[in-house]
Amino acid sequence: MSELQVEIVAADHFVWSGAAKLVKGRTTSGEIGILPGHVPMLAVLAAGDLEIDPISGSRFSVQVDGGFFSVDTDRVVIVADNAVMAGSAPAGNR
Amino acid sequence: MGAQIRVYRQKIASTSSMRKIFKAMELIASSRIGKARARVSASLPYANAITRAVTAVASQSEVDHPLTTEPESIRRAAVLVLTSDRGLAGSYSASVLKQAEHLAELLHKEGKDVKTYLVGRKAQAYFDFRGRDFAKVWTGGTDAPEFETARELREVLLKDFADDFELGGVDEIHVVFSQFKSMVVQEPTVIRLLPLEVVEEESETPADELLPQYEYEPEPEQVLDALLPRYIESRIFNAMLQAAASELAHRQRAMKSAGDNANELIKKYTRLRNNARQAEVTQELSEIVAGADALNG
Repeated sequence: MSELQVEIVAADHFVWSGAAKLVKGRTTSGEIGILPGHVPMLAVLAAGDLEIDPISGSRFSVQVDGGFFSVDTDRVVIVADNAVMAGSAPAGNR
Repeated sequence: MGAQIRVYRQKIASTSSMRKIFKAMELIASSRIGKARARVSASLPYANAITRAVTAVASQSEVDHPLTTEPESIRRAAVLVLTSDRGLAGSYSASVLKQAEHLAELLHKEGKDVKTYLVGRKAQAYFDFRGRDFAKVWTGGTDAPEFETARELREVLLKDFADDFELGGVDEIHVVFSQFKSMVVQEPTVIRLLPLEVVEEESETPADELLPQYEYEPEPEQVLDALLPRYIESRIFNAMLQAAASELAHRQRAMKSAGDNANELIKKYTRLRNNARQAEVTQELSEIVAGADALNG
């Protein structure tokens, strides 16, 4: 099964990267879930939680206060103004 | 004679205490420079991602956004000058200010008004001393810039950019800062921030890689609306971080050469002091001998 390569970056630091099965986020016009094979897309993020379901480890969420994300050929880049990891992310993915 | 020796001693003592200060400042600068450079590279993923996205939107969709369209006539330009708060950094602030002067001259020649924004107390002092006008100044924390400051700068600059000429608005925005190329090379650089020329900088993606045809959520216009201010913010922030790293590199070098010069001076004064002391001894000796001779004769 294909997987998503996820990268989360904040304005002044790198937050997380790794492989994931699913990324769930909130855009300005509603919630969106991204699975592998999604069409390329560029969207504006609204403030709220992102949920990431990594290949290894359990699902975790990242709090962002706006930003945008791009999806192209299973590569998801989330660019947040400010990102705070909620709870513990699976280790070894940085 | 005795007085001369005392003067040399005082000079040696004061130079050595200054040398201690130079040494300490050099060490502080070199320890902080690593951190500053790490911050420059930490901001790169964000800058790259945002540049890629802006390039994608700007090149694919036929959106006319005020930030990307060139106005027919440019009547006033804003110049943002990034200098340091503190001195003792060699020619750092001076070279940036010189570059800013060049730019202002050039803009004046093209018949444009110049509205200046300053960052750093050194720039403020320079403009105050010459009685020049500037629109706004930000001071504090030039050697460790905050993202908040970049955001504030962006807000002020974009507001000016959106305003009409009659209300004091500007038609283009330039940034003058010292680009950090390496530990030994920092170059005063001018970039034009607005209207936008999207440039791919230090991107890892090869130039021939095609950008995918994106779908936009919500509309391309709104995406661009959200992206461009962030892009500008990230460029300003990147410029500030590079300026900070340059400042520290300059300071380290300036303090290193100041320390070296202090060593030279101490060596020179020590020789002079020894000379003076020897001269005194010789003179006393010859006086004693001459006195003894006079008594015996």
